Amino acid sequence: MQTGHSANEANYLTYKGKYKGLLGWIFSTDHKRIGLLYLYSIMTMFSVGVLLGLAMKFELLAPGKTIMAAQTYNAAFTVHGVIMIFMVVIPGLPAVFGNIMLPIMIGAKDVAFPKLNLLSWWLYVLGVMLVLSALLFGNGAPDTGWTFYAPYSFKSGTNLLPAVFGAFVLGFSSILTGLNFLVTIHRLRCPGMKWTKLPLFVWTLYGTAWIQLLATPVIGITLVLVALERVFGIGVFDPALGGDPVLYQHLFWIYSHPAVYVMILPAMGAISEIIPTFSQKQIFGYKAIIASTMAIAFVGYLVWGHHMFTAGMSGTAQYYFSLLTFIVAIPSAIKVFNWISTMYKGSINVQTPLYWAASFIFVFLIGGLSGLVLGALATDIYVHDTAFVVAHFHYIVFGGTGFAFFAAMHYWFPKIYGRMYDKGWANTGWLVFFIGFLALYTPMFYLGMMGMPRRYYDYLDEFHGGNILSTFGSWIMVTGLIIIITNLVRSARKGEPTGMNPWHSKTLEWTVTSPPPVENFDELPIIGKDDGPYNYK
Amino acid sequence: MEETAHTEHVHYDAEASKIGMWLFIFTELLLFGGLFIIYSVYRFKNPEAFHLAATELNTTIGALNTVLLLISSMTIAMSTTTLQLKKKGATLGLLVITCVIGVVFLVNKYFEWGVKFDHGIWPGSEHLLNDFSQGEILFFGLYFVMTGLHALHIIIGLIIIVVAVWRVQKGTIHENRPSLLENAGLYWHLVDLIWIFLFPLFYLIT
Repeated sequence: MQTGHSANEANYLTYKGKYKGLLGWIFSTDHKRIGLLYLYSIMTMFSVGVLLGLAMKFELLAPGKTIMAAQTYNAAFTVHGVIMIFMVVIPGLPAVFGNIMLPIMIGAKDVAFPKLNLLSWWLYVLGVMLVLSALLFGNGAPDTGWTFYAPYSFKSGTNLLPAVFGAFVLGFSSILTGLNFLVTIHRLRCPGMKWTKLPLFVWTLYGTAWIQLLATPVIGITLVLVALERVFGIGVFDPALGGDPVLYQHLFWIYSHPAVYVMILPAMGAISEIIPTFSQKQIFGYKAIIASTMAIAFVGYLVWGHHMFTAGMSGTAQYYFSLLTFIVAIPSAIKVFNWISTMYKGSINVQTPLYWAASFIFVFLIGGLSGLVLGALATDIYVHDTAFVVAHFHYIVFGGTGFAFFAAMHYWFPKIYGRMYDKGWANTGWLVFFIGFLALYTPMFYLGMMGMPRRYYDYLDEFHGGNILSTFGSWIMVTGLIIIITNLVRSARKGEPTGMNPWHSKTLEWTVTSPPPVENFDELPIIGKDDGPYNYK
Repeated sequence: MEETAHTEHVHYDAEASKIGMWLFIFTELLLFGGLFIIYSVYRFKNPEAFHLAATELNTTIGALNTVLLLISSMTIAMSTTTLQLKKKGATLGLLVITCVIGVVFLVNKYFEWGVKFDHGIWPGSEHLLNDFSQGEILFFGLYFVMTGLHALHIIIGLIIIVVAVWRVQKGTIHENRPSLLENAGLYWHLVDLIWIFLFPLFYLIT
């Protein structure tokens, strides 16, 4: 708890609290500091995940063994998946930008439960440590894939227990963040901040928080059961004892499909902030975006079966899941139309965040449309478990969430650090990254349609060409990443100081100094009748 | 929707902690919900084996534990009322009674499980794997997991209540700041409620 009456002499980066140095950060309950803690830990894990991905792509440069054999490759894609899903894209936007921006955007001094907020970061770190311990100790890294499918997850001799338990703890961290945000949005909006005046990023965090809260416990209990199955052999997922492995898949995807929307909804929210700012225009269809956000959050619960079309399910269930999958595409498409319509006849100010946002729409569109190929029953039978699936979800999860993450990073960077990055290098980094991304994942659509299965370290000679292109793409993309991150890290210390509102945006976070003061507002803002998050002239 | 101005730096928002607790209760319900789904699926698939296995359980102890938990829910609810009435002694007494009942529940559970272990029935035991049908193995697997997880929640609930006792004694929980005690009560009711479902599912439907 802060006690000062006017703590605004120092900003949140420089103030001295009860503890000094590093302790002042890891024990801070300031939502902005916690957001930065998340940013640094997530970027660290992201780098590990990228290195593993790079190694896998290098292995696929040529048929046969290039740098690793089958077992190592299996471990690499498992750990890559666990890190990227549970430690990077699920917490990514909510825990970093949600934490830093949500309270300021609704005109509050902090989240509803600051200590719980800090606890959720500590749980995140604990979960990361547990998963990493699976790599260092025991009989080798987990090799089941990030999905921990039964029965292999309790038959595999590798060190799965800590990884499964780590994923459970990470889930708990995610639940606490969601719970905190829900209460914050309900209770701490400043006077006049009606639900219809909330910035769209806040709305998407609200939808996301409900998913985090209501879906995560299901995977929690499922992972506990896998662990118990491994230790005691209780039988619930073990066909030898009468259990049903397909039931595991149902329970797993009941969480993990909604989790896809935990990844993408806040990404859409960030894009919905960036597009109106750089078009200097009221967002097109504010209420339609809110409705589609909540529709995605709701319908997203009901489509998990499309991950299991070939796993054994009745024809009726297949029709049902396929139909709902098509329905969930509608609200996503609504948002794309809204973004494009917002830009139409706007005063477009071309800056780095807008490049990221525009490329987000492009890759999201391809990712979404290829998702419909997988959601349709007949074509799914043909391309399931091929490189096509890998291309699809990297277009969505990396192309969608990843691009939006960098868009948000470049958008809010001047607010977070009070300094501007070098725009030339930022644009170069974006371009190199974008080209690399397309070269890396686009060939995999083709390879998948030709029949190249996923999750093998080896492939037939006929797939060689596409794989070479894809591996080259991975090198280009990582070059882009290095440019982007170097530029940001350098600019956080040495960039040009920037004013309160470099992008001329209308949301509340741009009304406080950059970097924001410790408790955000000296006096809580009051939102008048004619104010609004996107009221551009 | 009411709008509230928060002008104090250190603010106390009883409504927020109540909402937070209810949201947490949702997550707990979904945690057990996953287990209830698994139970229903396997009960549907193995009706006779579940019937047979259920007759092995001791309905008397189960019923006794149900009554105990119901009483403890009543005592903790009464403690929040006495807190409002500023009767500190009564509040502490009722909380201690709640704790004692919770411990008795666990002791009963211990003996119940102990008898099963004596009969050679535990998850993965040779007797269970060799002499029972698949449906019965699943029944006992679920029995131990679900009552075990419930017992874990009882233990967590007891810890929270002990903290509440300490805080009431210290005076940081009082009639104007009852949130922690109220939330402890909500949590304890949840634990009670889950048992109300576990009891018929395992003991009564035979």
